[in-house]
Amino acid sequence: MFDALRKRLADRNVGLLAEFSDPGALMHAVENLRKRGYSRLDTFTPFPVHGMDRAMGLGPSKLGYMVFIGGLTGCALGYFLQWWTSAGSQPDWLMTPFQGYPINISNKPLFAIEPSVPIMFELTVLFAALTAVAGMLALNGLPRPYNPLFHSERIGRASDDGFFLHIEASDSQFDRDATAAALAEEGALAIEYLDHDGAESIDLTTAA
Amino acid sequence: MATTLAPHDGVPKTLEDAPLVRGNLSFHDVTDLVAGHTEKKTPVQWLLAFSVALGFLALLGLAVAYLVWNGTGVWGLNVPVGWGWAIVNFVWWVGIGHAGTLISAILFLFRQRWRTSINRSAEAMTLFAVACALLFPTFHVGRVWAIYWTLPIPNQMAMWPQFKSPLLWDVFAVSIYGTVSLLFWYVGLIPDLATLRDRAVKAGRLLRAKIVGFFALGWTGSNRHWRHYERAYLILAGLATPLVLSVHSVVSFDFAVSIVPGWHTTIFPPYFVAGAIFSGFAMVVTLMLAARKVYNLENLITLDHLEKMNIVILLTGTIVGFAYITEFFMAWYSGVVYEQYAFRNRAFGDYAWAYWIMMSCNLILPQLFWVKRFRRSIPLMAVISIVVNVGMWFERFVITVTSLHRDYLPSSWDYFSPTFWDLAMYLGSFGLFFTLFLLFLRFVPMVAIAEVKGVMPQADPHFYDHAHGDGHTLEPVEASPAPAVPYSTAASETDDPNGPHV
Repeated sequence: MFDALRKRLADRNVGLLAEFSDPGALMHAVENLRKRGYSRLDTFTPFPVHGMDRAMGLGPSKLGYMVFIGGLTGCALGYFLQWWTSAGSQPDWLMTPFQGYPINISNKPLFAIEPSVPIMFELTVLFAALTAVAGMLALNGLPRPYNPLFHSERIGRASDDGFFLHIEASDSQFDRDATAAALAEEGALAIEYLDHDGAESIDLTTAA
Repeated sequence: MATTLAPHDGVPKTLEDAPLVRGNLSFHDVTDLVAGHTEKKTPVQWLLAFSVALGFLALLGLAVAYLVWNGTGVWGLNVPVGWGWAIVNFVWWVGIGHAGTLISAILFLFRQRWRTSINRSAEAMTLFAVACALLFPTFHVGRVWAIYWTLPIPNQMAMWPQFKSPLLWDVFAVSIYGTVSLLFWYVGLIPDLATLRDRAVKAGRLLRAKIVGFFALGWTGSNRHWRHYERAYLILAGLATPLVLSVHSVVSFDFAVSIVPGWHTTIFPPYFVAGAIFSGFAMVVTLMLAARKVYNLENLITLDHLEKMNIVILLTGTIVGFAYITEFFMAWYSGVVYEQYAFRNRAFGDYAWAYWIMMSCNLILPQLFWVKRFRRSIPLMAVISIVVNVGMWFERFVITVTSLHRDYLPSSWDYFSPTFWDLAMYLGSFGLFFTLFLLFLRFVPMVAIAEVKGVMPQADPHFYDHAHGDGHTLEPVEASPAPAVPYSTAASETDDPNGPHV
């Protein structure tokens, strides 16, 4: 199962990469290609283009649910930590370093919620923040040192001023020549075919 | 101004708004302007500044070594004044750090798009200020090799920290604040590190590309990634906002939970938070004035940005001044003679000089910013931003020392004077701060490249919809083939084979 998943991830960026002149042209092309039936497509831009999620038909990120669970865990841990260390028992079966250490001071209650709130809050934030970052990286499949995209001469401009559209070779509609022609029709400035072996430039005039 | 009222999707209401980026820069110009500084040969001025910073860092090393060897007796502490400069410096540095989170998180949630050109360096300032702050309580414990006792680490002594102590809350609050600030800063950096990586690959500097690429995590700018990335950034901003408010509140609990007159007041948390924002913004102004000049970033960090920060300084300074006066009122109104004495002693006692320095620096001088000409004057804001931080240091000094030096028992009364080692450690902490900040300026993009591009008018896909009065000056350089049909969002909704978009 893992092999299949790994292959799916590795092949994700095998396909055609087309450069567009600006965010407007890119979004327009995405919408038209989706109308033509392509669904495994992605864009590469120097900054998040607003409205692109909708154009690509992506729903909202699920990250919020993960962070909520992370925050709850932190809060519960903060409560448990403070309760156990000040009011927990000392069972024989538990190693000494993990036993509670209740101290009776004038028969006051051993534990109270009020002074425990700051640390419960801080741990909630800590766990939620760690989950947000780890969850974002996991959902994005990062870190990802190798990527077929990096064979492209042009993709480097996606972090500068280039706007790219990528169609996966695994898309059911994908046909190298027909898809390249469609991209050229949508106004691509340049088209490349990328796979694990390298990049191959496609002549725009013959494609169209 | 409508730039502060951007609607939900970050699109400016009108293109006539005052631009956040000046000088008609293209996307590529922004990349070049910011990334270029990390790629060129080390400038001589940087080396000079760095060697001065290293000198002060060495002083810190000496001060810490001497302190650890001899104990906290080398400081000017005496019996009623057990908290001297170490606590003053701790609160001062933590406070400075708060502006970074405020700019990066709270202004983000309020959609203040002008923050994009200053948030990166302000967050870096936060991290380094928190590092300086942590120095002081760490070494104030005296036996620094036992500092791990403050952490809940299971140990053979079966010993746990005292969770009911505000000092322990501080350990958690400040260290978690530092951690979350680092995460927030790093997440913001990932796309810009990818920019550096791609530029290094293009320039053939492969070792540099490998090092920067390692930290860029293979970022490609994929929209499927941006989707989760933006959500993570929003969540981190939402988490950092209550966190930053809680941190200085917890710091103020160190004082407020005690029963010392002048400390035991409920006004402390909000008043400390306002003071923290006040001093932090002043520090950001100081640093930005220098950085924009040295690195020619006047088009990204404009006079408008500085003016907005000066308005925040004016607002928070006035809140702080109002709190000073409220404390007097409450002391009188409480009818407690000890409280009344503590405040009379602050304003007219042995430390009256410190009190009036604080009042003039924090409440009186920033009032000059009511005048528009003054808050747009670079020399004046340079002076005021430094004066504010002098004043805020004295605020913490006044709070800490004036309340302690008059104990309940008059026979214990004493006067606190710092020693050379107090001064050495304080000056040394500047060495640490500026060493780190200079390394940041040298090796990391000091302006959030991707975020600045995102607020430029040509980042909006609708910018290209139809002809603009002056839009043509902002078109990208490449001749773009005009779309066959004018782009419209409605067109895509009609016959999508994959069903309607959600």
